[in-house]
Amino acid sequence: MTNYIGKAVKRVEDKRFITGKGRYTDDIVLPAMAHAYIVRSPYAHARIISVDTSAAEAMEGVIKVFTGKDIAASGINGIPTGWQVNFKNGETMKEPPHPLLVADKARYMGDAVAVVIAETKEIARDAGDIVEVEYEELPAVADAKKATEPGAPLVHDDAPNNLCFDWELGNPKAEVNEAMSKAHHITTLEFTNQRVIPNAIEPRSAIGHYEEANDKYTLYTTSQNPHLTRLLMCAFVLGIPEHKVRVVAPDVGGGFGSKIFHYAEEALMIWCSQRLKRPVKWTADRSEAFMTDAHGRDHVTKAEMGFDKEGKIVGLRVKTYANLGAYLSTFAPCVPTWLHGTLLQGLYTTPKINVDVTGVFTHTVMVDAYRGAGRPEATYLLERLIDTAALEMKMDPAQLRLKNFIPPFDGVKQPGYQTQVALQYDSGNYHGVLNRAMEMVGYEQFRKEQEAARKEGKLLGIGFSTYIEACGIAPSAVVGALGARAGLYEVGQVRVQPTGKVSVYTGAHSHGQGHETTFAQVVADRLGIPMDDVEIIHGDSESVAFGMGTYGSRSLAVGGSAIVKSLDKIIEKGAKIAAHKLEASEEDLEFAEGKWTVKGTDKSVGFGDVALTAYVPHNYPAGLEPGLDFSSFYDPANFTYPFGAHIAVVEVDKDTGKVALKRFIAVDDVGNVINPMIVDGQIHGGLAQGIGQALFEGALYDDNGQLINGSYMDYTMPRADDLPSFELDRQVTPCPHNPLGVKGAGEAGTIGSTPAVVNAVMDALSPFGIKNLEMPLTPERVWRAMNS
Amino acid sequence: MIPNNFQYHRAASVDDALTLMAKHGMDAKLLAGGHSLLPAMKLRLNQPDVLIDIGHLKELRYIKKEGNELVIGAGATHDDIAHSQMARETFSMLSEAADLIGDVQVRNKGTLGGSLAHADPAADWPAVMIAAHANIEVKGPQGTRTVAADDFFTGFFSTALADNEIITAIRIPEPPKGTNSSYQKFMQPASRFAIVGCAASITMNGRLCSKVSVAFTGLSDAAFRASNIEAALFEKMPTEENITAAVQKAGEGVMAMSDHFASEEYRLHLARVFAKRALMAAAK
Repeated sequence: MTNYIGKAVKRVEDKRFITGKGRYTDDIVLPAMAHAYIVRSPYAHARIISVDTSAAEAMEGVIKVFTGKDIAASGINGIPTGWQVNFKNGETMKEPPHPLLVADKARYMGDAVAVVIAETKEIARDAGDIVEVEYEELPAVADAKKATEPGAPLVHDDAPNNLCFDWELGNPKAEVNEAMSKAHHITTLEFTNQRVIPNAIEPRSAIGHYEEANDKYTLYTTSQNPHLTRLLMCAFVLGIPEHKVRVVAPDVGGGFGSKIFHYAEEALMIWCSQRLKRPVKWTADRSEAFMTDAHGRDHVTKAEMGFDKEGKIVGLRVKTYANLGAYLSTFAPCVPTWLHGTLLQGLYTTPKINVDVTGVFTHTVMVDAYRGAGRPEATYLLERLIDTAALEMKMDPAQLRLKNFIPPFDGVKQPGYQTQVALQYDSGNYHGVLNRAMEMVGYEQFRKEQEAARKEGKLLGIGFSTYIEACGIAPSAVVGALGARAGLYEVGQVRVQPTGKVSVYTGAHSHGQGHETTFAQVVADRLGIPMDDVEIIHGDSESVAFGMGTYGSRSLAVGGSAIVKSLDKIIEKGAKIAAHKLEASEEDLEFAEGKWTVKGTDKSVGFGDVALTAYVPHNYPAGLEPGLDFSSFYDPANFTYPFGAHIAVVEVDKDTGKVALKRFIAVDDVGNVINPMIVDGQIHGGLAQGIGQALFEGALYDDNGQLINGSYMDYTMPRADDLPSFELDRQVTPCPHNPLGVKGAGEAGTIGSTPAVVNAVMDALSPFGIKNLEMPLTPERVWRAMNS
Repeated sequence: MIPNNFQYHRAASVDDALTLMAKHGMDAKLLAGGHSLLPAMKLRLNQPDVLIDIGHLKELRYIKKEGNELVIGAGATHDDIAHSQMARETFSMLSEAADLIGDVQVRNKGTLGGSLAHADPAADWPAVMIAAHANIEVKGPQGTRTVAADDFFTGFFSTALADNEIITAIRIPEPPKGTNSSYQKFMQPASRFAIVGCAASITMNGRLCSKVSVAFTGLSDAAFRASNIEAALFEKMPTEENITAAVQKAGEGVMAMSDHFASEEYRLHLARVFAKRALMAAAK
């Protein structure tokens, strides 16, 4: 019997979060801890002529100032990337060094030049103001496409034309060109999927703590994956032995991708602590977060989709320039390629697809995975093309989708769907989600209302988006072949304590997702014990064997499955102990509701009894090891493929161009659902971020590479009063290849919502003959379009 | 987000604050609600050596009637004004503007006097005070004087307030019977300050406007009175047609600001749109 799975159990972690008792990195105070402030370049591109630290070092309370020269002299390496994407001609991608502090040149506004360490953070901050850095400002380039043009300023001297790699996927270009040449209609869009700033509520923070007595290092950090940070930092940057390093990511206040990566400040705090023999803490302020957290998106794209007379898609051709920023962040090369190009099949039967991506360095902060990571860019591209094509061909956008959808398949009786772009979808019913969303919005009725409203001069619009995403990126052998420098499995350990209480160690990391609840629901149900008897432990490399962390909506599909594998082993071993106690054979037992029962009798033994026996093995099966504690590595057979249909209804103010989002319908299929409240919460948050990109957000760098909207006074975040009450529903198509049948829900909202909103605005503006506008759809942009 | 070191003085009274200001001169800044000053200090855009806190002074926090004037203490918060029946009855634009400032936290701490003294070109109150023909009472070492709101805002973050003076009260003459007003604002979506804000008040005599007051904020370096729109509607019927014609003059001869939220051209367009909305609402 299921007691917890499928129920909206309240989040157990919320008690400490809501009462302000969470323990975040910046809350941690260690004895004799010093504080760091990082001096950053105000220029996007500048030669560093000199750094004079004497005045700062003379200030009372300042312990030490280190510069890029000190870092260079210590012989350590810079920050590596975790993914390799080579040039089409086989040449290795350009991977310029990314030192912890730069000595020669600053390459983006915010590049770290020196670190001041002082007794208090206030003194460190004050001293930072008097570290005198002499710069020679150089020309900069912030736009990816412009950076590839002849004469553009170079970010790295050894990366000509600022190229990091170029990459191609799908059918050969000639085949796609041939298909397109026969098309009845071709829809072409050129656009920028603008750069957005993740804005996690907790700024990044790191404490390095070197203990000389036992030669051990501890890093406390705001990380989505502490084990990977440890691996990268030890093996690639500092060259210190991994077993001497503990990495702890305690409570973390949101990440959205931006805390996946191994950042220079983490290694820098360990390096400083080792030198000063004191713990050293650095916490970013909000301005630093805007400037130095890895940003997301930033693609300049031309996309063409060909159709036959009936509206069937015959081909898709895509060229994208992906902005990678000044250095390669951990997953940067993967996002615009293997997480973007591979999703260009969408939900459609498109027979020929070619995608060509150029990865480009610019004088901007690193660009990497941000909620959805590549998949929102792919979805935006496809869904904007479909709605635009419908407009151009005078077809209904919903019907055009239904006509081109891949037919339903469950991945069990029907095989998975092999795309033209390397993936094999697991299971799907795409018609189902769109039909349900259309029913919820009252589509036919809406079109009538829209026509009536237009006669009154009101600009109503409806926009569709049907998306698929690839979550739980795997298996390791495949991702390795694609360039990953790590595996993408997960670790789950279940330790049954002698009293029958259960400690679960997961390599996934919760920074808002509610793993302590969802995972406990799974464990409690499988073992037939109360949730209160289960504790989920994560985020500490010293207690959790290993882990790949949380991103790409992978935690439950991959991390949850690893826990299930261990639970299976627990139950299997428990049965041996139970059989011994019941003097029955294992085959005659069944396990349900927390006890082993001899089939057809009332003879049973409970989970707690078996647990105690395992640790007090006085009367015990011969040859069986004591204890009840298993660890498992789970390496999935495939990605999981959630999908859904989103519909936005907007009204545009004719006078001002301001877009009001009136309704938002989201029907998502994320496979089986463990906790519907948490899934709804994930969808809500994702929708807000996706809508934010459509209407409000966008990092703005000027021609000198200056970030001009790096504050909440200038950078528009979506707020509650910008959003309608979301109308959600779900369809369930279980994932056929993991034991929970789950697909992942973390990114769905972000991926689906952005094009739905933009399509709705374009629909509202269609009487003006407007087909495409760049995001964000700010009032002035819309007003100008209506008045040009 | 760490300000520089500063001394903090908690003034016991307005007079005590004046004494402290005389002592510390240009090194000192007055602190009331702190919603403009503290963020600027955290960014080190403003680095005063001395803060003189007047935010808690009860003598500055009141809303009352005195003769034919509504008198609002400089320390009244935006929220005090938003919830004041007296303010609403005097000019509904007072409560409308108060409601549109920031969020609950800002409204609970931020003060009217602080906003006027700071004179952010995109702040809401300056336009409302000009449209209300308010007089701003200021106290300095030489005693108390009043400055008409029309003369108070002299430019980008600058006012007629001397360095050694404190705003103590805002005096708003009771409008004639038959007066209606409105404040309409197009918000900058991030800060929620005004890209353009328009305060308008119309006094009717029979079917004609006997008095029209219109003022803008957000459009240029300081809030200002739109005398041209006022004149265009004076002794006219406040019909949609007349209002539409009058607001075409919005921003005439004004150097409009431009930023990544709104270009000069768009701001001027919004000035016409929001002047019309404010006047139409006031004409109801």
